[in-house]
Formats: sequence, structure tokens, C-alpha cells
Amino acid sequence: MAKVLAKSATAGFEEKNDALVTVTPGQTGSGIVVNLKSSVQRQYGKHIVEVIKKTVTTAGFADVVLDVIDKGAWDYTMEARVEGALERGMK
Amino acid sequence: MKNAVGREIPEQIKGIGTVRLYEGEFSALPKQFGAARKIRYGKPATDKVLASIDEAIEKTGLKNGMTISFHHHLRNGDFLMKMVVERVAAKGIKDITIASSSLSPCHDFLVDYIKDGTVTALESSGLRGELGKYLIDNPDVLKKPVIIRSHGGRARAIEAGELHIDVAFMGAPMCDRRGNCTGRLGKSAFGSMGYAMVDAAFADQVVIITDTLSEEPVFPYSIPQSDVDYIVVVDAIGDPAGIASGAIRITKNPTQLVMAKYAAEVMDKTGYLKNGFSMQMGSGGASLAVGQYLREKMEARGIKGSFGVGGMTGVFVNMLKDGLFDAAYDAQTFDIPAIESMATNPRHLEMSASMYANPWNAGAIVNDLDVVFLSATEVDLDFNVNVITDSNGKCMGASGGHSDTAAGAKMSVIMCPVVRGRLPMIRDHVQNVVTPGESIDVIVTDRGIAVNPKRTDLLEKLQKTNLPIKTMKELQDMAYEFVGVPEEVKLSQDDKDIIAVIEYRDGSIIDVIRKPIYD
Amino acid sequence: MLHNEEAKTRLRRTMMFVPGNSPKMINAADIYGADSLMFDIEDSIAVTEKDTARLLVAHALKTLKFNSETVVRINHPTQTPFGLDDLKVILPAKPNLIRMPKIEDISEIELVAKEIEKAEKEFGWPEGTINIIGAIESVKGLYNVREMCKHPRMVAIALGAEDFIANIKTNRTKTGIELYYCREQILMAARDAEIQALDTVYSDIKDMDGFRNEVTNSRDMGFDGKSCIHPKQITEVHKIYTPDDKQIAKALKVLDAFQASLTDNKGVLNVDGKMIDKPIVVRAQRVIDQAVAAGVDVEEKRA
Repeated sequence: MAKVLAKSATAGFEEKNDALVTVTPGQTGSGIVVNLKSSVQRQYGKHIVEVIKKTVTTAGFADVVLDVIDKGAWDYTMEARVEGALERGMK
Repeated sequence: MKNAVGREIPEQIKGIGTVRLYEGEFSALPKQFGAARKIRYGKPATDKVLASIDEAIEKTGLKNGMTISFHHHLRNGDFLMKMVVERVAAKGIKDITIASSSLSPCHDFLVDYIKDGTVTALESSGLRGELGKYLIDNPDVLKKPVIIRSHGGRARAIEAGELHIDVAFMGAPMCDRRGNCTGRLGKSAFGSMGYAMVDAAFADQVVIITDTLSEEPVFPYSIPQSDVDYIVVVDAIGDPAGIASGAIRITKNPTQLVMAKYAAEVMDKTGYLKNGFSMQMGSGGASLAVGQYLREKMEARGIKGSFGVGGMTGVFVNMLKDGLFDAAYDAQTFDIPAIESMATNPRHLEMSASMYANPWNAGAIVNDLDVVFLSATEVDLDFNVNVITDSNGKCMGASGGHSDTAAGAKMSVIMCPVVRGRLPMIRDHVQNVVTPGESIDVIVTDRGIAVNPKRTDLLEKLQKTNLPIKTMKELQDMAYEFVGVPEEVKLSQDDKDIIAVIEYRDGSIIDVIRKPIYD
Repeated sequence: MLHNEEAKTRLRRTMMFVPGNSPKMINAADIYGADSLMFDIEDSIAVTEKDTARLLVAHALKTLKFNSETVVRINHPTQTPFGLDDLKVILPAKPNLIRMPKIEDISEIELVAKEIEKAEKEFGWPEGTINIIGAIESVKGLYNVREMCKHPRMVAIALGAEDFIANIKTNRTKTGIELYYCREQILMAARDAEIQALDTVYSDIKDMDGFRNEVTNSRDMGFDGKSCIHPKQITEVHKIYTPDDKQIAKALKVLDAFQASLTDNKGVLNVDGKMIDKPIVVRAQRVIDQAVAAGVDVEEKRA
């Protein structure tokens, strides 16, 4: 059974090598929707969206909208921020 | 056609005559005599001082299709080019080529004059800011691609007659009534007039624009009156704040300091740090930090250098003042301490861009360098270096003296981190080659040091040390481990989308800047 | 069977402080050559960010390969509501050490040791994979330091001067007299328990002369290393903790003579007219070990 996000939440900062991640509960069945604005959109845009989706799925969520402002976060940072936002969205 | 660094160069480029391909650092040799100087006639009791820029435009007979030149000693505080181009346009003159030794963000106004047809071609060392962006978006707007040249390459082109200047508008912060002028004094003082000296010697006509007309003779002078046709006095040729800063500070950025430390160690352990050595330090934060580390070693071991070349900053002139070097050769002065040094220290010597770096003269000083420390916007597995575009294909740098010093110096050292932000700096192929791999001996990163395989002598010495010596592939793998392999930015292969040709210092074409395709 | 000899004896001349919620600083942490990196999720992190900081550090430890030893300074497990949650997230990321701040009682060490033991069992790691460094930051902690140092999981003890000085109601001075007693006590307890002692942070990064002075003093007192807050401090500490050429040459002489005495049965050892007894030999070996660990080619320093 997929977890349902209780509320909106953010994690991270709009700073070099970091990402500001905002999660919002999505309509049931709407899936994982990622709106990414990245300073490395051309080089890593597709990859970053995949990382975000994978992190959300691994955390057990199914219907989440993520608005992400990325300032060159490495993958581990993106995962940590996404997880952090989801955790806050369940408090 | 592929050139010697594997870049695809079209056989025909609109507006460019014969396309000579880059074939190697020292392969293109001059085959002819150089540019002839226009002979003028100086009559007695002539007052060269004109009332306005307009008068200068009229008197020089500037008309459609001509080439005018500027120097970039006023850096991002330059008022001059705007003043001149405005008046040229006001007089309805069109189809002008601007050959400036470089371009800064303060020259973004040129976009308007390109749009209205006043300016139809550009030749420069650098391309940046809104102007760079505008040209990337509209590659077709000039009658031919921008010609990017190194400092030595520009001097060569002028002296060999490939770049013919009809009128040179040279800013000088102090000039006497006869035209003898200097960059050392005046409210807009900028130090050396290295780039201006070449234009003044070869342009058909030379107009000095000054904001301090001296009633007394100016001496020593950088440009003699025998090269000066007219003088125009204006309120200000530039903004001192944009011309020269207070002493340029050594970087505090820990990553830059790590690279600087490694670079100094490389110089030490390869045996180049010994009495009588010569070096060029860039003006960037990391390069200056190298200077600081070398200074510590020199003082500890009583080592004295022979000369430094640059790009002068307070860091180097202090070493000169403290007796650590015999002389400083200055083609461009960056900060106030260095400007003061040039005015007061007889060992601080001004030189022209030609003496600095022209490959086609009896011996430019870059050939006498032991070591040069340079930076890069990116590097590749073949040690090729980019200093003009970033990984997005955006124009944000300049060729400068990079390829000149790298070719001339016994050991050229590049400092570049493996990753900047989230972008790997070690590519399979750099976006644009400015300096070919064969000129680069060592690449110092924050995670390791790579030595060009052809320098087995350096490799042998460095492998005996504790320094982290790696291959370029290993450094690239490290970068990819941190940030992953990027998707390549696609460049248009249509020859109409060539924004600029990058000339190597010998005038051959080493690469072209193509328009990136963004989806 | 607890196997942590290596953790008790490895080089810890410098432990560099890395703010745990700054990806930029975590990314660059490894290039400065510190012997240990301490990722902080305690005092440098705002109360509202404790959750994201621990996640960031955990992910960093799981993904990035660090050349230096990795240490995580968690929040106090019983004095704050964050410590136990820190352990839940951090231990699976397998740092080399957990740094416990403000330790006062053996029960605190036992609590964390138990959590570590649980994690090692759960993930199938050898016992002694993760160990503890504690910081004395109060008088109460100082009075219990001997007992706490003897816990088998403790591999090093540190001093946290700022809190300690507040606790004893005085100020930091250039002479450091206010810390003299606690430094000595901490060092004695460390030596009694045969673990390492690390000196406190020096916050004025502009005063490098004062820094060098303090590091030299604590080295002379016997401390094994120092906490650093800036990369330039690392270079200085390493210089001060590396024996010079003269010391190395002398140590080699002593060791050579000792080796010779083992075979020629003279009984009394003599170098340069001075009698050499066991403590001198032990000290000489330590000099060589320090030099080798610092990357010095000792063979070429022979007189």
C-alpha cells in the first residue's frame, strides 16, 4: 500500500550544490509529477527527474507533485532533500 | 576538413578568405614580408588637437567598410568605444569592422549598432555578456564570423598585414600636445599600453583620445608622436573603478588554494624553481595564490628569479620590489599597486603585445618563459584547453595570452577543478579548443595532477613525490563518479551557424564556435 | 570480540569540522588532506534542520568515497530529542566514528554503544566497525572522564572548550590557563585508557601565529591532534606534528643502535655517549612512525 503524503513540505536550500524541494500531495492516481528547474537542465535534467522519481518510489509514495529548484545538487543531495521533504510532509 | 586537433572546419567560411587549418604549434611559418606602414606627411606648426570625435572622424576620412581598432586596457571601465561608435553611427557611416584587442560587458551596447548596420564585423580576443549571447542567438547577423585571436596572434595579424587597421582610436590617460602619450599617469591611469603600441605602429591613422592633455612634455611615452595623427580631449575615457581595482586579492577559496599549492609543488619538484627562473602568473585568484606559495619557497631557500611576465598585479610587483626578481615585463597592468610600480620602479618594464607573444618576430618573450600558470573553462582527455566558452556553449571568456604562453613556456600548468558546481570539467572533447593539448604539460585539479604523456621527464620526477599523480581518464572517472556523465549539448552543424572562428596564434583556424541547439 | 585496535591507533592529527547541512562543503571536504572529517549535525545545525542534516550526511556517507576517516557528531542522545533519531539514520551509513558531544556519564556511552552494536549485528558488520569519540564540555564530564575513556568503544577523547569555559564561568585567553587543568586531566585519562586525546578548536582563523602557538603547546603536552575549522589550519597542524630532519636522523640512530644491541648482547645501549634505555627507544619509534605517517621518506634522512 502506497503511503499518502499528509501535507505540503519543503527541504533544502536554493544554494550552490543544493536543491530546494517542495512536495505536495497529488490526486490519487496522478502519479509522481516532477517540475524541475535546474542550473544544469541540459546536461542532467532527464537524469535528475529519474533520481527524484526513484527516491519517491523507494520511500513508498505514489501520488506526489514535486517542485524542485536545483542549483547543481549532486545525486546524494537530491535524494536527501526529496526524502527530507517527504518526511516533513508526513509529520 | 579535420585539423590537427580533430576539429571539423568548413573549407569555405563566409567572409573569411583562405581557410588555413591548424597543423601544429610551430608549423605555420611566415613566407612573406609584413604589412607596409602607411607613410604620412607631417607639416610644421600643426596642432593635432581636434575639437571633437566628430572632427576626428571627418579628418581621418573614415567611411563605409573601414576597420577601426581599440585597445582593452580600460577593461570593463571603457567609455571610449561607445563614444566613438555613437559618433560614427550618427554620421551615417556603415559596414564598420571593429578590431578591439578584447571586449568586455561594457561593450554590450554594440548589439544596437550591429542591429542598425553600423558594425558588420568584429575581431577580438574575447566574447562575453549580452553581446556574446546576442551573437550566439543570431549567428548570421554579422557579415562574417567573429575572429577570435590570442594576444600574440593579433599582433602577428597586424604586423603581417592580415588585419589592416584604417583608424586606431587609442585611449590614453595622459597625452601631450604633440601626441606623446602614456598609460602610467592621469585620472584614468591603467599602466602598460602594450596592446595599443602595436595598433599605433601599424594603423593607417591614429587618433589618441585622452582625458588629460598635458601642456608639459610627457615622458617616458608609450606611443611616440611620430605615430599619432590627431588628439581629441574628452572628460573621461573610462571609469577608474572599472579599469583597475585596488590590489587584487589572493583567493581565499579553499579549492583554489589546494590547486595553487599543488601547482607550486609541481614547479618545485620538476626542478624549475631555481635561481634565474622566469614565469608568468595569470591575474586570476588561483594563479596569484601560486605566486604566494612560490614566494614562501623562494624566501626559505634564498632563490631569486630573473623575470616575470604578464598581466601584472600587486602580488608580482611586490616580489619585484622585495628583490625576488630582477625585472617585470608588462603588457597589461591590472591593479593599482602594479600601476604605481610601473610609474616608479625602473625594473618594471612596459612591452608591446608583439614583444610579449607574437610568434612571427625575432623572439617574443613567451619563448623565454620557464613556467606559466593558466586556468581553463574546461579541459579534455587530450589535454586540449577551452577558455572561451562554457559547457553550455555560452561565450564568457577570452583567448588572451593563453595559447601564446602555453606554446612558449618550458612547462605550462593548467589549474582547473574536476567539477564546477555539478558539471564535470574533464570532457572527452572540449566545447572549443583554444590551446591545443600539445602545448599543455601539466593539468592540476583539486583531486589529482595529470601529466601530458609526452613529458616523460616530468612524469618521472613527479611520480617520485607524494603528489597525487593520475591520468586524465582517472580524473574524468572521478568527476563522473561525483556527478554522473552529462548529456552533451548539441551544436548546430550548419555552417551558417558559425558565430566565430578561433584563430591559433599563427593565423590558422584551430576551432569554430557553433550555435548550440537547445530544445 | 571487539576489534578496534586500528581505530585506537590511526593517525588523527587533524579532525576537520564540516557543517552537516552544507552539500557544497561536504562535496569539497575530502580535498584538504585532513586525517579525519567530522560531519556535524549538532551545534552548527538549527533546531529546525536537524532532520534534513542527518539525512544529508547519511546519504553523503553512503554515496561518496572519503579518503579521510569519517566522523559524525550527533546530538546528545539523552539531553536532546534528536540524538537517538540521529543514530537511527546515521549508523546504517557506516561512519567510522560517532562523536558524542558533552559527555558526562558512562551510561551515555553505554547507550550509544548499544545502538552501534545493534546496527553492526543488523548489517552483518564486524564488531568494532563503528567506534566512539567523546567530547568533554563540562566539569561533570571532566570528573567522569577516566571511567568514560575506559569504555571499549571509546577510541579517542576530545575537549570542547567553548562550552567548558562557559561551564566554569570564565573566558578564553591567549595563554590558555583556563583550560590547563582540564587539558591535563583529559590527556591523563586518555593515556590511562590507552586511547587518543584531541585538543579543542581554535576559532580565530585570522590569527595563525596564535594558532601555531596553541598547537605547539598541546603537541608538547602530548595531545595526538587538533580539531580544525579551516583547511589552512590543517597544513599548520601537520607541519607541527611532523618531526623535523634532525629529530628523524637522531631517532634512526637510536633505533639502529637498539637493533644492533639485540644481536651483540652488550646489555647497555649507548648512542653519542648517552645511555639509551627503553623509554627513549619507544619515543624514537614514535618519531619514526609519525614521520612515516606524514609521508616523509625517512631513509633519506639518515645522518
